[in-house]
Formats: sequence, structure tokens, C-alpha cells
Amino acid sequence: MLKIVVCVKAVPDPKAAGNIKIDPQTKTLLRGNVPMVLNPLDKNALEAALQIKTGMEVHITVLSMGPPEAASIVKECLALGADRGILLSDRGFGGADAFATAYTLAMGVQKNGDADVVFCGMASSDGATEWVGPEMATMLDMPVVTMVREIIPHADEAWEVKSALENGYRRMRVRLPAVFTVTRDLNSPRTLSFSGIIKARKKTITEWGLDDLGVSAERVGLKGSPTIVTEMRTVENTRKVEFIEGTREEKAEQLVQKLVEVGVL
Amino acid sequence: MIDFTFTEEQEMFRKAAREFAETMIMPKVAEMEKTGDVSQDVVKALAEADMMGITIPEEYGGLGLGYTERLIALEEISRVSVATAMMLQVFALGIEPIIKFGSEETKKKYLPGLATGKRLATTAVTEATGGSDPTGIKSSYTKDGEDFIVNGRKCFITNSHIADTITILAKAEDTPKAFCAFVIDENMPGWKATHKEHKVGMRGCNTGELSFEGLRIGKAQLLGAEGKGLGVTMAAIGDVGRGGMVGTALGLQAACLEESIKFAGQRILYGKPISFLQSIQNKIAEMKIDLEAGKLLGYRAAAIQDAGGRSSNEFAVAKYYTTEAAQKAAKMAVDIHGGYGCMEEYPVTRFWRDAAVLGPSAGTSDIMKVIIARWAMS
Ligand SMILES: Cc1cc2nc3c(=O)[nH]c(=O)nc-3n(C[C@H](O)[C@H](O)[C@H](O)COP(=O)(O)OP(=O)(O)OC[C@H]3O[C@@H](n4cnc5c(N)ncnc54)[C@H](O)[C@@H]3O)c2cc1C
Repeated sequence: MLKIVVCVKAVPDPKAAGNIKIDPQTKTLLRGNVPMVLNPLDKNALEAALQIKTGMEVHITVLSMGPPEAASIVKECLALGADRGILLSDRGFGGADAFATAYTLAMGVQKNGDADVVFCGMASSDGATEWVGPEMATMLDMPVVTMVREIIPHADEAWEVKSALENGYRRMRVRLPAVFTVTRDLNSPRTLSFSGIIKARKKTITEWGLDDLGVSAERVGLKGSPTIVTEMRTVENTRKVEFIEGTREEKAEQLVQKLVEVGVL
Repeated sequence: MIDFTFTEEQEMFRKAAREFAETMIMPKVAEMEKTGDVSQDVVKALAEADMMGITIPEEYGGLGLGYTERLIALEEISRVSVATAMMLQVFALGIEPIIKFGSEETKKKYLPGLATGKRLATTAVTEATGGSDPTGIKSSYTKDGEDFIVNGRKCFITNSHIADTITILAKAEDTPKAFCAFVIDENMPGWKATHKEHKVGMRGCNTGELSFEGLRIGKAQLLGAEGKGLGVTMAAIGDVGRGGMVGTALGLQAACLEESIKFAGQRILYGKPISFLQSIQNKIAEMKIDLEAGKLLGYRAAAIQDAGGRSSNEFAVAKYYTTEAAQKAAKMAVDIHGGYGCMEEYPVTRFWRDAAVLGPSAGTSDIMKVIIARWAMS
């Protein structure tokens, strides 16, 4: 049986992104009462796994690192069709950058054992580094294909995948085990169903902390994060209207000058 | 302590229902408004999303959930399409008498198909001579050995032209106080759907007439005891019918409130959005008060039912309150839109028309007051 791990993250609802503020002093996000939801691209990652499950024998584990509240999004993944959930939760994991997150998740994948495929969203809607997948692959010593937009799985041989490039795409054959980070073009994720929610009643979510993973506290969370955020601010969009007076030629000349001034031309 | 919170699972049901309504029903609303006809795509989507089997026990292929979950689903669907919520709520009204009063054989015959949408249900009581007063109906039965022969016609029946599994009420021709409830299906000759109504609102939900001519019904199709049919249909209408109207009304109230807030935030007058005007805020506050109160009434009644009690009185209060509130909310939402509120590109015009239809369905507000007064004075 093919073992797939799908890494998912709870993020502040992108639909309510306007309500998220940045604390100018501490440079941290003030989430207000914005609800946490499943990272949109992780839905594509889970959908990829679920679609593969319709064609072959597959066991899907959903893996998330986050606070205890993130259990609700893991539960949601179980309701969507995943078989088992693992939540990596520990105070020590808090404040992790992409590197420490990738390390913690990689340790989770390892403890879970024998993954044939690891799916991640290409990026999270809040962090948006696109690093977690590739870094995790390196730590697990697995090949990685990023920005996957098509997958043709095969039972006993290399999978064919198509990944997006800036001006086109690349087709590859990849031998498992491998890590794939997926784009939204890969599929259209299914929505929750009442019967899926009922089936999830019988599925379990395991919680693992620092001790369960057996990792050093120095390598996870804030302590294990080499990235230092030096500046973070909200971009203000302002609009200014100015009427240009004069003859047609004068107007055109002034307009060009203005556009040069603001750096458009 | 009284716990007013939904469980995590119920919150997930709400999310599922909302996602379903927004992705599968919303795109069909314009077509339903234009044609006034039932969208087959919507019926199929409801079936595939297990919406028809919510309250059907698991052993008959349903989800085995309760009134609370049903209310959640209806509320979210009605927020997007009142017509669809009405159609769905009456499927359940047709299913309930079979669950509560059907023999094991009848349940096995119909419930699995009803849970998957292979069969579609309704309950037909109302006639030209009896709506508020169901004892005034003229459809009648005579007995021929073990069989019943029914003649008559029904009006204002939801799902009349799409249902194939129908609970009907008929009166004994010779014993004025004896009524029988039967379940009839497409394999029985002697009945057909006739006139289709054109309603002011809830376009996309089918309402029409049924006629019975020499309709022969076997004894096995009886729901409840012979002669006790009035109680069978009234129990279904009291709990499921009224409960369903509450979910439908709450969804419409929420939609009115949302559209009002959106418009009031965008419409600029005197250099500011009209949401800064106190009289606009008053209307929004009133809608919010009614929605909060309506939810408390509705979900409390559902909780009583789920705990094994009967809640037709509580549902009568909730039905009265929410359907009246939905009509008020629709009027206020239209008012907030000014002239735009008369233009059909704005959804509030649909809300207004839909709201008008909520009143009489499953019993008028006057009848709710009759029931509530009887309860209060009992
Ligand atoms: C959209 C829609 C869907 C429906 N679907 C179904 C269905 O699926 N199955 C079904 O069987 N029926 C259905 N009905 C019928 C509905 O139940 C009746 O319309 C309702 O019970 C009112 O009956 P009536 O229309 O005959 O009005 P009437 O009973 O004639 O009422 C006329 C007026 O008299 C008032 N009135 C009547 N009695 C009293 C009283 N005792 N005290 C004070 N005032 C009173 C009423 O409130 C109303 O104002 C549906 C109706 C609508 C509009």
C-alpha cells in the first residue's frame, strides 16, 4: 500500500486578510478575530492524494505543525477523506521559521515512517516562502519537484509529473519516495460533505510534542530558526487625482513628465 | 448550565453546507429565477451532497442526524437560495411520516431511495376547501375489500410535479371524522400532477396540484392506524414542516442582513457610506436582533426535538417569529437599497418576493397564533 503524507497548515482566513494588522513595535501579526482555515494550496495537496486513492491502494496521513487549535483543520482533512491525522504541537515549536518548520515536519514524517510520497502546498498564504517543501525534502534526503500542476501516478514505476516554469512547464519522471509541492492548477479541491464529516468520527488525530519526536529543543521553534525578521510593514495603497491643465501638447508633455517622475516610464 | 454552543462537528456541518450552497447552488440561482422551474442540476447536487438523507436513520441509508443539523443545512442553503431550501425542507416533510409511522416494509421500500435522491418526496394535505382547516378537505376514500379507493384533488403542494413518493391525506366518505394517511408512489395508477403554479417568489421550487381518480391503494400503504391519519400529517407538519420553515426563514434573514451591510458600506451619500447614517444603522440593528432571537428560538426547538421531546409548540413560536422577521428584514433590505432595491439585478428584490411566500407555507401566522394561544392557555 502506498503511504502518502500531506503537510497542511492552519492559516488566518485569506478572505479576511484585510483585518490582519502588523504590530509596528514587535513586528508580529495581529490576527484579531480572523478565523484559522486550511491553507488554500494545501487543499490542492490533499485533493491530489485523494484522487490517487481512487485508483490505487493508498493510506493518507495528514501532518500539521501548529497550536492545539490547529486540530480542527486536521479534523477537516479527515472529513475530506484522509485516513489519519498527526498534529505536531508543543510550546517549543512556536515561532518557527520555514527552516525549523521543515525540520519539525521532516521529523514527523520520519516518525510516522516509510512515506512514499509527501505532498505540500507550494506555499502558505501567510508565510509564502515556498521553502518548507524543498527544505523538508533535503532533510529527508528525497527528490523534490516544486510547483506541480499535473501528476500521472504509476503503481510500480516512476511517476510522471508536470511542473510549472515561468514561461512554460517541465515534464519529469520521478522515482518514489519523493516530495511534491503543488499549485492550484493541479486540481479543484472537493468541498466538505456531511457523510465525510460523519466518517471522520472514527478517525484519530495523534498529537506529538518535542519529546515524542525526540528532537533537540535547539533545532525547533524560534531557537532553531536562522531567519531574523528585521522589518515588516503594511503597504498603504493611496490614490491621488490631479488634473492637468493646458493645451493638448502641454498636457501630453506634462503627463509624460509626471509618469517619469513616479517611475512608470 | 445551558450550553448555547454548537459542537465542533456541527460547526463543520455548517461549513460544509455553506461551501456546498455557494459552489453548487449559487451558480444556478439566475437560471431558476428566469425559468421558475426546478433545476435538475440542483436536485442532483442535493442528492450527491447527502442533503436528502440528513434525518433518515443510517440503517436505511441516511445520515441519521438530527433536527439541529437539518436546521443548519437549511439555513445555509436558504441564505443562497430560498427556493432550494423550501424544496429540500419539503422532501423531509414527505420523508418524516414514513420514518415515524411507516411499517418496516414501507421504510425498507422507500427510505433508501429517498436518502439518495432516487426518490423525491412531499406531503399533500391542502385543498381548495381546507388549508388552515385541514378537516375541510374533500378528498375521500371508500373501501373495496382490503383496498382503499381515493378521489379528490390537492392544491399548493410543494414538489407536486417532481415527487414520486407522496404522503396524502383523505377523509372517509361515510365517516366524517375518520381520516387516513397513505403513501403513494409512481407505480400506482390513478393519480397525476396537474396544474403548476407561478409563484411571486421561491422561483425554482415547484408548487402545484395533484388529482386522484379511482386511486387504488393497498392496506400496506397506510401510515398510522386506519382513521388516525390527520394526526400523522399534522405531526409531520408541526415538527418537520414548521421546523423547516424556520431554517428557510433564518437563511433569508441572514442574506438580507449581509446584502444590507454590503450595500450600506458601498453607497456613498453626503461624502460618506450610508452605513454612517443612524436610520440605516437602526434597520441593520433590527435585522440583527431578529436574526439572533430567531436563532435562539429555532435551535432551542430543534434541541428539544433532538433530545427526544416534541417541539411543535416551540416550533410554532419560532416559525411565527422567523417568517415574520424575514418579511420585515426583506422590506428593510429593499428600503436600504433605495431605488436600486426595485431593480432586479439586486438580490434584495428576490429576497422580498421570496419572503412573501414564507408566510402561508406550513401554516399562516394567524394559525401559529392560534396554536401558541392554545399552548399558553393550556
Ligand atoms: C409556497 C407554498 C407551499 C406549500 N406547500 C404545501 C405542501 O407541500 N403541502 C400542503 O399540504 N400544503 C402546502 N401549502 C399550503 C399551505 O399549508 C396553506 O396555504 C396554508 O395552510 C393556508 O391555507 P389556505 O391557503 O387555504 O388559506 P386559508 O386557510 O383560506 O386562510 C385564509 C386567511 O384566513 C386566516 N385564517 C384561517 N383560519 C384562521 C383562524 N382559525 N384564525 C385566524 N385566522 C385564520 C389565514 O391566516 C389567512 O389569512 C403550501 C403553501 C404555499 C404558499
